Amino acid sequence: MTPFVADLLIPVGKIIAVILYPMIMVMVMIWLERRVVALMQGRLGPNRVGFQGVLQPVADAAKLFFKEDIIPRQADKRLFNISPILVMFSSLLAFCFIPLGEPLRVGTYTLTLWIADSPVGLLIVLGLSAISVFGVIFGGWASNSKYPLMGALRSVVQVLSYEIPAGLTVLTVAFAARSMDLVEIVRRQESSGIWYGFLMPVSFVVFWISAVAETNRAPFDLPEAESELVAGYHTEYSGMKFAYFYMAEYAHMVLASSLVVLLFFGGWLPPFQGVKALAFLHAVPGFVWYLIKIMFFLYLYVWIRATFPRYRFDSLIRLVWKWLIPLALANFLAVALVRFLR
Amino acid sequence: MAFKEIELNMGPQHPSTHGVLRLKLAVDNEVVLGIEPVLGYLHRGMEKLWESLTYVQVVPLTDRLDYLASLSNNLGYVLTVERLAGIEIPRRAQYIRVVLAELQRLASHLAWAGFMANDIGAMSVLLYGFEAREEILDIFEEYCGARLTIHGIRIGGVIHDIDTGLVSRIRTVLTNIPKRLADIRTLLDENRIWKQRTVGVGRIAAAEAIDYGLTGPPLRACGVAWDMRKDIPYSSYGDFDFDVPLGRNGDVYDRYAVRLEEIGQSIRIVGQALDGLPEGPFMAKMPRVLKIAPGEAFHTIEAPKGVLGFTIRSNGTDKPERVKMKSPSFINLQSLEHMCKGNLFSDVVGILGSLDIVLGEIDK
Amino acid sequence: MPADPADRPELRQTLEALTARFAGAVLAGAVEGRELAVRLTKDVLAPALRFLKDERGFNAFEDLVVFDNLQAPAGGGARFTVLYRLYLFPGALRARVSVDVDEGEALDSAVPVYRSADWAEREAFDMFGIRFDGHPGLRRIYLPDEFEGHPLRKDFPLAGRDRGL
Repeated sequence: MTPFVADLLIPVGKIIAVILYPMIMVMVMIWLERRVVALMQGRLGPNRVGFQGVLQPVADAAKLFFKEDIIPRQADKRLFNISPILVMFSSLLAFCFIPLGEPLRVGTYTLTLWIADSPVGLLIVLGLSAISVFGVIFGGWASNSKYPLMGALRSVVQVLSYEIPAGLTVLTVAFAARSMDLVEIVRRQESSGIWYGFLMPVSFVVFWISAVAETNRAPFDLPEAESELVAGYHTEYSGMKFAYFYMAEYAHMVLASSLVVLLFFGGWLPPFQGVKALAFLHAVPGFVWYLIKIMFFLYLYVWIRATFPRYRFDSLIRLVWKWLIPLALANFLAVALVRFLR
Repeated sequence: MAFKEIELNMGPQHPSTHGVLRLKLAVDNEVVLGIEPVLGYLHRGMEKLWESLTYVQVVPLTDRLDYLASLSNNLGYVLTVERLAGIEIPRRAQYIRVVLAELQRLASHLAWAGFMANDIGAMSVLLYGFEAREEILDIFEEYCGARLTIHGIRIGGVIHDIDTGLVSRIRTVLTNIPKRLADIRTLLDENRIWKQRTVGVGRIAAAEAIDYGLTGPPLRACGVAWDMRKDIPYSSYGDFDFDVPLGRNGDVYDRYAVRLEEIGQSIRIVGQALDGLPEGPFMAKMPRVLKIAPGEAFHTIEAPKGVLGFTIRSNGTDKPERVKMKSPSFINLQSLEHMCKGNLFSDVVGILGSLDIVLGEIDK
Repeated sequence: MPADPADRPELRQTLEALTARFAGAVLAGAVEGRELAVRLTKDVLAPALRFLKDERGFNAFEDLVVFDNLQAPAGGGARFTVLYRLYLFPGALRARVSVDVDEGEALDSAVPVYRSADWAEREAFDMFGIRFDGHPGLRRIYLPDEFEGHPLRKDFPLAGRDRGL
């Protein structure tokens, strides 16, 4: 293996993969959401473009690509243009730190399925995904219009508030795994034999709710509530810029689902990994298990969206400050106590 | 940065203003300080137009008032003309009118349930409500060919008879609707998020409601048992046994509950009407050209949106001298500001939805 | 549709009380079934409505109808007849109060008595041009504010006026 391949081709290949992977998942999500929500509502959803409508996202992307890029006259041009990029950038960058499985042996070379394995990977991912808030507030502000501004304000308050329980619950996982390294966390779940989602179910539930709120998804989708604010902070965006916001939302969902799976459900580990009788499950590559689990949580996102009405803003904030944060704190103290007593 | 009062505009193009309605809102952060509805975007000059048409020609135009409950408009107008002209309607025709009017009430309430749930975010209920409504529209289509602007109730009776085939199909629909209703109830009735957004929101007290002229389900949600079908029965409604659902608090949740209960009561009424359908003609003997001697009549019915009334003055010709429509949505909308003051901006959508307005009726 | 055949005694009493209170201003009065119909002079309109609401129990304002008498002049010869329909709940009794008003004259607003008269009076102003003194904000309701003319008047053409637009 020449240095050229090892130090240039492979990293470049990984970078391309890291960009492609969320993009492909976004395409899958767009299709999944529209079909599943439709079927839950007694409709069919898009099923014409490609087999069962699978090419629909491609058609959507192409349509958005060809749309006229309108910048409102009263908008602040630089901020207006930068916001979609910020939102997309934060989630794509976070994917660099998401591991997809144990390193593969290819001949003499060990191929790591991540771009970076930082000892504080968890912290970095959380921090990077929070950068998207800037994109939202810039977008709402730069649009120079009342509805986007109100949507942006709501979104910022929502995201910042829900970061707190998310952070607290993630800390309990770090405690249990004695590490903030994402790969290490999965390996700990393997060695301890129980996934953290079952060990600390409260953490999981609180984190899941926060994840749904962080990604501005129903029932916490007030910032983009169609029936109230037309389209919230991305009202004034059209064409490719809107496509960026749209895709970034799904990319965040995939990121959140990946985090949930890595932290609470054993990442790429097969279920019942300790049970000898089910050892054949190990024959399936870890990456496949990983995908299956992520798909389950993405499906859960869609299912929740099709079912529940929207939270009103004050109820949303009351929920996080009066219920989730105290619960997360209590949970954290409980876990810390258990760790201390061990 | 401190926010004081912002003036926001909802509409006239807006996903939840139920038509072309413009709402000027004064908002302090999220709290509503005042609302002014601006009307007239759908004003078509109906009342002026009616003065130049014959009594019979006016009937299809009444479909376009509350276009989600067109048979009710037909019924209101036609009953007024018949009172003015002193026309006796055969009992079979009266019963068929009750069947049609109550089916129309079902369709209107199911559509309303869908719209309101959709505005608050429960998108799937929209489709469940419309799926149930489809079956009723299919009945209408079988009856007279039209789904929305039905024009099935004419001066003197109804346009067609209903045969045993149609009766049995109506009965099938009546057994299907409660299942859909149960689905909707499961999703919403005890749902925490739904209750947070509707209980205690948009309250109005009973006395104020009457003073504001509120009628229909919003008034009954305050506990006021005012239903024209019981108070001044028309078209043989006195023959049927049904309850008038009442609320207690006059908030959005009670309006929602009252309308869902009314769906159950309408099913009862239709069942009784079909069971007791008398024999006889379905249309009275009408002259070829209907000329009405000078006089004036006023008649009200309980339309799905509230109390609908028509005043007609005749001048001896075949065209009315003046037709004035008392529109329930027009009057109900006046109380919007009272209900919304002090509530949050997100509640405006819920309150507006709970009033169940149709712009066709408001703007004429 | 058959109206209630029996004339209600409560309405007879109301008519007598009204005639007693506003002697001379009650031009005509009759009770038929569940409806009381009176014709008043326009100067007693507001106190009469107040009387009917507060002392005789007509708590609901049902409708406000304006008739343009241009083509068929009623007794009194005034251009417009304005009709107030009141309702008594519970009990299902009606009152029909009519006043005549001429071109250019104004009526007292009923809004201080019945809040639901607000938009009805705005509609009457918009369509017929009748002014109501004491209305909290009398302006057009359906047509744009700059519109000239009052469409429901009999001398306004059905197809509208050509404004050269």
